[in-house]
This record gives sequence, structure tokens and C-alpha cells, in this order.
Amino acid sequence: MDISEKEYLSGKATDIRALSLRMFKEIGKGHVGGAMSISDLLAVLYFKRLNIRPEEPRWADRDRLVLSKGHAGPALYAALALRGYFPVEECLTLNQPGTNLPSHCDMNRTVGVDMTAGSLAQGFSASVGMALACRLDGRPNKVYAIIGDGESQEGQIWEAAMFAGSRRLSNLIAFTDNNGMQIDGTTDEINSVEPLADKWRAFNWNVVTCCGHDVEDLDRAIEEACAETERPTMILMKTVKGKGANFCEGQVSSHSTTVSQEQLDGALAALGRN
Amino acid sequence: MNIELDTKEMRAVYAEGLIQLAKNDERIVLCEADLMGANGTKPFKKEFPERTFDVGIAEANMIGVAAGLAACGKIPFANSFTPFATRRCLDQVTISCAYANLAVKIGGTDPGICAQLNGGTHMSVEDAALMRAIPNMTVFEPTDAEQMRQALPWVAYNGKPTYIRIHRSAANTVFGPDYRFRPEKADVLRDGTDVVLFCSGIMVIRALQAAELLAADGISAAVVNVHTIKPLDGETVLEFAAKTRAVVTAENHSVVGALGGAVAELLSEKLPTVMRRVGIQDRFGEVGKLPYLEKVMHMTPADVAAAAKEAVAAKA
Repeated sequence: MDISEKEYLSGKATDIRALSLRMFKEIGKGHVGGAMSISDLLAVLYFKRLNIRPEEPRWADRDRLVLSKGHAGPALYAALALRGYFPVEECLTLNQPGTNLPSHCDMNRTVGVDMTAGSLAQGFSASVGMALACRLDGRPNKVYAIIGDGESQEGQIWEAAMFAGSRRLSNLIAFTDNNGMQIDGTTDEINSVEPLADKWRAFNWNVVTCCGHDVEDLDRAIEEACAETERPTMILMKTVKGKGANFCEGQVSSHSTTVSQEQLDGALAALGRN
Repeated sequence: MNIELDTKEMRAVYAEGLIQLAKNDERIVLCEADLMGANGTKPFKKEFPERTFDVGIAEANMIGVAAGLAACGKIPFANSFTPFATRRCLDQVTISCAYANLAVKIGGTDPGICAQLNGGTHMSVEDAALMRAIPNMTVFEPTDAEQMRQALPWVAYNGKPTYIRIHRSAANTVFGPDYRFRPEKADVLRDGTDVVLFCSGIMVIRALQAAELLAADGISAAVVNVHTIKPLDGETVLEFAAKTRAVVTAENHSVVGALGGAVAELLSEKLPTVMRRVGIQDRFGEVGKLPYLEKVMHMTPADVAAAAKEAVAAKA
């Protein structure tokens, strides 16, 4: 990746963070931590990797993205708006009465959202179904899914993982937002999910690790996943919960937190987006 | 009255119907969770192996996979025994199918006492109530082979998540070849003036037998097969409640929350009517064959007739 592309994608990630924080501040609170930790990934996906047509959001051959950790929806909405799916100003309606942008992803409300998700692990199973459908139809596309490390405590994740591995769904590329935290504490304190790489390998997945806050490394990981022809790929992204929201970065409490004008201003200044 | 069994098992009719649909429409796909043998759907796999997704013993994933298939334009039929197609994966059905409004078709086999020797763990008394409580969901229980055969295209193409409650064995024949299935409209099988018996599934034949018993005692009973409890055909329910002023529901399900519940809810708001509910009386199941279970659960024709007499006697 050349320097200008790296700067471009990093800039988009910062734009996604800044817009997400504005959205949270407008309603006063939200799932800041998990939105911030996937912002770099969304930048790489929506501004480089995904084969999509914002002007034709239901295009049958599009790559699909399922945000199974649906509570990070606001970051996805920011990415979609910045990519041209709907006006950026609409983002500020997050969670306002009658909005098309609810806390958790809703495919029937938000243009560009491929699957409803929010009850954890369900989106991941749906992504397996999508990958099966696309393969059955002989489509050249990929299905991408984003799950959380805490979400990986759900049994359904492993039901879906086992089946995708068994069916050798190489058109399925998943990411674990491995920020090490969940609502009640660190994942290690609550119910350790490690060793994640060994688990996914044992379920017959190709496993790639990367830094979830380095667009170049993310892009390299996706490149490796796209080259895999025999197995689905799990990209384990090491991330920091709340990354870039300096008032809560790295804190368990960032999962769902209030956002004041003062906190927004401070965070935007730190991001260089004030 | 003559009681005849259909020549084909309901599960065979179901599988044949799905195969027929699939021959004409490549969007039709099958999802299973290691019960293809029991559900009778192996012929579908033989015909369309690439369109059959047996996920193994993982019902939650089966429903999620079905939702994903539907999100990509497929029309998935996902099957398991009634308890495992509903309560085992209720959140997946609720969110991934109904809330997402993806038209997944969920086939639940061996409802209520039809589970027989599988006993209490497999004997769903609440599946239809659970599914009926979910917004966007259609709940349909075919009565016999003819009705199932005619209804399956509607199930496939109604555009809605739909629960189909399927008795696996051969059903008692209720409908002849001149029958015409009408989606979401109840079937009036027998007219009557003193009491109406609203019934579904295996209780339809018992209600017809009860009507004969009642006729012998000089009571004129109407029999109406409510094959779809959601959306309920309120027009027909109200028409017969108004005409008879005495209502009995008969269903192979708990009396809580399904046909009896739906009719009671409607009547209590629109036309308060004397009513009795025949079905599983808010208890769990147990092992046994049908003749034993229908007795112990008070679901025989005589039980239906007794409930009707009570309702008639309670009329003002």
C-alpha cells in the first residue's frame, strides 16, 4: 500500500470516528467503544475492498457485510453515509424518534445494511446462509461478517463456525473485533475466549491475524483471505475498545457511555477533526 | 361417520409439495437439523442435493442460515420437530426471521400429542402460542393431505415468515378433491345453530365426530376448521359466534395462547360469547400413543361434545 492510499484510508477511518462521535453526542449516549474499535476496518472495507454500488444498494452481485455485533451500527451508518448511501446529515438522527438509524442494525430501515443484527451471533449465522446462497448462485462476490470477541461466548457463533468450516465456504471472510472487553469487564475476567486462533483453526477456518488499527495491515489480511480458496477465513483483529474517543479509550465503560459536548470537542480536537 | 386415513403420510405430502415447488422455482431451498429422516424430506435432498442444507444438530444456526439464504433471495423451508423449530430457537426466529421480515418457512413436525412415544421433552404444547405472539409471523396448521397440498404454494409465496405445524403421519381425510383452499380463510365443514366448534389439525376429525354425537342429542353443532390461527379469520369466527352464541375451540396444543387464545381474545373484545377450550390443559406432555394421550389430555370426540354441551347450557 502506498503512502497516499494509507493516508486516504486512515483519513476515512478518522472521518468515521468523528462522525460517529457527533452522532452519539447528538442523542447524548451510545455504544461508543465497539464502534470506535471497528472504524479502521470499515474504512478499508467501504473505501477499498467492498465491491458495491451505493447508487444500487440491492445489486445482486454486491459484496455483503453483516455487522453481527449490531450494536456498533452507528460506525457502519457513518461509513455508509460517507460512502454515499444516504446524506451525512441523516446520521445525526441516530436513535431519534422515527429514525432510519437505530442503535442496532436494521436492514429494513437503513439503506446499505445487508442484515438485521443485534441479538448477538445471529448475524454470523445469517452470513453463513448468505455465503451458501451466493455460492449456489455462482456469484463471484464475498460475504464479510464482523463479530465481537465477547460475542464469541455465544454458542451460536460456534454452530455457525462449524458449519461454514464443514462446507468450506471460502467466500466467507469474518473479522473478530478482539478488543478484550465486554460489558461486565475484560473478556479474560468474565469468560476467556482465548486461544481464539486455535479455536478457529480447529473449526477448519483459515486464520489471519492483524492490527485492527492499521489500515495497511488490515488490507494485507483481507488480501490473504481473498486468496484462500478452500476454507472460510477468520481475521483476528487486535483492537482497542473506544479507540480514538480519548475520553473513554481502553476503558470497559466505553461499551455504552454518555457523550457530552465537551467530550466531543476534546475527542474531535485529538482526531484533528474539530 | 366414515373415518378414513389419507393414503399418504403428511410428511410425504409436504416433501412432494416442496419438490414440486422446487422444480419450478430454483429459489426454493431446504434447511434441516439432522431430522430429514423423521421429517420425511430425504426425497428433496435426493432431487436437489445442492439446495439442501443440513446443518446438523444446531437449530439456532439452521434458522440463522435460513434467514441469510432468504436475505439473498432464496425461499428456505427450515424443519425440525415442533419444540426444536420454535422454543429452542425462539430468539433466532423472532429476530433473524420475523423482525428482519425475511420470509423463512419454518416447518414444525409432530405437534402436541403427535409426538407420542418421544414424550414430554418432544411434546410441544406451546409452539403455536410462541409463534403467534411474534409480529409478522403467519401460523398455519394443515389438517390433511389435500389441504396441505393446496396450501403449500401459498406458504411458499406469501412473502412472510410462516410457521407450518405438521402432523407427520397419515391424517384423517377431511377434504376431498373438490376442496379449494383459500388462504387465511377458515373452512366451514358443517353448518349448525346451537354451538360452533372451531378446530385445527388432528382435532378437526374429532370435532366432526363430536358434532355427530351432539346431533344424536338434538344439538346442532357447526364445525369450522381454522387452519390459520394467525392471521385469524375473524370474520368467520364472529359470524359463527353470532349465529350460535356458544363457542368451543379444539386444538392439539395448550389451551393457552393458540387457537383457543386467539378466538377468546377476539370474542372478548368484539362479541363476548360463552366459550369452552378443548386442548392440553396447561400441562406438559408424557409418553404414550395417541389413543392414550387423547384420553389423558381430554381431547376425545366425547370431550369435545361435553365441552359443547357445557357451552350450550351456559348460554343465557
